[in-house]
Amino acid sequence: MAARSLLNRKTLATVLRRDSAALGATAAAHSRGLHTFTLPDLSYDYGALEPAISGEIMELHHKKHHQTYVTNYNKALEQLHDALPKGDASTIVKLQSAIKFNGGGHINHSIFWNNLAPVREGGGEPPKGSLGWAIDEHFGSFEKLVQKVNAEGAALQGSGWVWLGLDKELKRLVVETTANQDPLVSKGPGLVPLLGIDVWEHAYYLQYKNVRPDYLKNIWKVINWKYASEVYDKESS
Amino acid sequence: MVLPLPATTTPTSSSSCSAFLSRHPNGFTSSASEFSNKQRRFIRKHGPAKISATFELKPPPYPLNALEPIMSQETLEYHWGKHHRTYVENLNKQIVGTDLDGLSLEEVVVNSYNKGDLLPAFNNAAQVWNHDFFWESMKPRGGGGGKPSEDLLKLIDRDFGSFEGFVNEFKTAAQTQFGSGWVWFAYKDSRLDVGNAVNPLRSDEDKKLVVVKSPNAVNPLIWGYYYPLLTIDIWEHAYYIDFQNRRPDYISMFMDKLVSWEVVNSRFENAKATVEQMECEDERKRRQEEERFTIDEAPANAVFPDTDIVSE
Repeated sequence: MAARSLLNRKTLATVLRRDSAALGATAAAHSRGLHTFTLPDLSYDYGALEPAISGEIMELHHKKHHQTYVTNYNKALEQLHDALPKGDASTIVKLQSAIKFNGGGHINHSIFWNNLAPVREGGGEPPKGSLGWAIDEHFGSFEKLVQKVNAEGAALQGSGWVWLGLDKELKRLVVETTANQDPLVSKGPGLVPLLGIDVWEHAYYLQYKNVRPDYLKNIWKVINWKYASEVYDKESS
Repeated sequence: MVLPLPATTTPTSSSSCSAFLSRHPNGFTSSASEFSNKQRRFIRKHGPAKISATFELKPPPYPLNALEPIMSQETLEYHWGKHHRTYVENLNKQIVGTDLDGLSLEEVVVNSYNKGDLLPAFNNAAQVWNHDFFWESMKPRGGGGGKPSEDLLKLIDRDFGSFEGFVNEFKTAAQTQFGSGWVWFAYKDSRLDVGNAVNPLRSDEDKKLVVVKSPNAVNPLIWGYYYPLLTIDIWEHAYYIDFQNRRPDYISMFMDKLVSWEVVNSRFENAKATVEQMECEDERKRRQEEERFTIDEAPANAVFPDTDIVSE
């Protein structure tokens, strides 16, 4: 899912349009056999999620925040790539927090862009099919799921994410939160993210200021349940 | 049986240890020993709740537009008027009628930290304290008074190489704190946190200036023996309206234009004084112990040379 969006041709074109210094670094890294990650394109315009999420936020969030995670992730991986053959244990260990943070940031945001869609492309339409039934079964109703996600998201101290996930081992849906940029898998190896909502302040501050609950209430209007259902069907078969 | 005195101890016999300061450098009113007592139990009191927990939202020591154009009035209106206010209101709601009710703010912070097993009130209490400290760390633009004192600068040079070295370390820490949190410039005492054990070889070298990061609401109070001198709030709400994602710019502007060195200097003086007091206490205790020890141990016909006897 996220992997597919990393490697399409549009992404390459986007990279070429960007910072040529980064391109130089990318080319250099490629020639050393090191994979570089790139910022995935959005399949909708920055303004297409209004009024739930403003175009200003979408542009900053994608072009600046996510891009920074990608850039720093690549930098950390390159340093790791250099330290490994040297057996530089202390550098290898020191890099782990930067890799977890920036790599997690890249993973999480790639999922997030897929979790959103403009209203005219189905954003906000509740899930049908097997995911819809699973939600009713595990939470009682779609409304109860929304309530639970909103409560956990609002209560999260500091920065982090609130997730609807599939526990592959126990074969059930879960609502979980992670701190900072920890990916959902850090809460359990069998957890697959279906839907993630970014509750870092940068995700909503310019529009909703300190009122995170309003952001959470409104974001459901642009949630792309088609994508979540696809992932659910694939992972629960 | 005289323990060796540390070589760098100035002659701090009890006469030069002035009366114990009742005020902690950060404005505490509790005494230091109470401060380290973490043995309170938290039970909801029975009977009609006496509503005495009313922490108030302290205003910054300047008008809300005084930090323009670096920190806008709009930011202050939200950051102080909404975020800080909400922490205060929620804290009051949480502690009313509980064992935390009636304690000073610092006591609530330390007690609710509960050695890492956080009680629900910790987040609000610590954030109230942190924000009070933050507003007071800044001065209005053009408000004058802006350099570390000579004493502080000497220590900065010793511990960071130079003032620029300190600024760089502070900025780097602020840029690399992942997620929400705070960065602190603090005076760290060398005390061993083991009840009444005393470091017998104390030296001035053990006390030093440090830069430390903390996540979310955590602050150095809960680590003990840190005396915060300056802080920067790096939660996104602190800078997003004015700087958006450009955290490094916010940090630079803060360091170059907003820090009130007057306040930092006076916090440093208070910290040094408090540490000195505690050392006098320790010295007094040590001599009492020693006295008791020598008197018990000596045979009846022993001759006591003058130097063994503690004068006064």
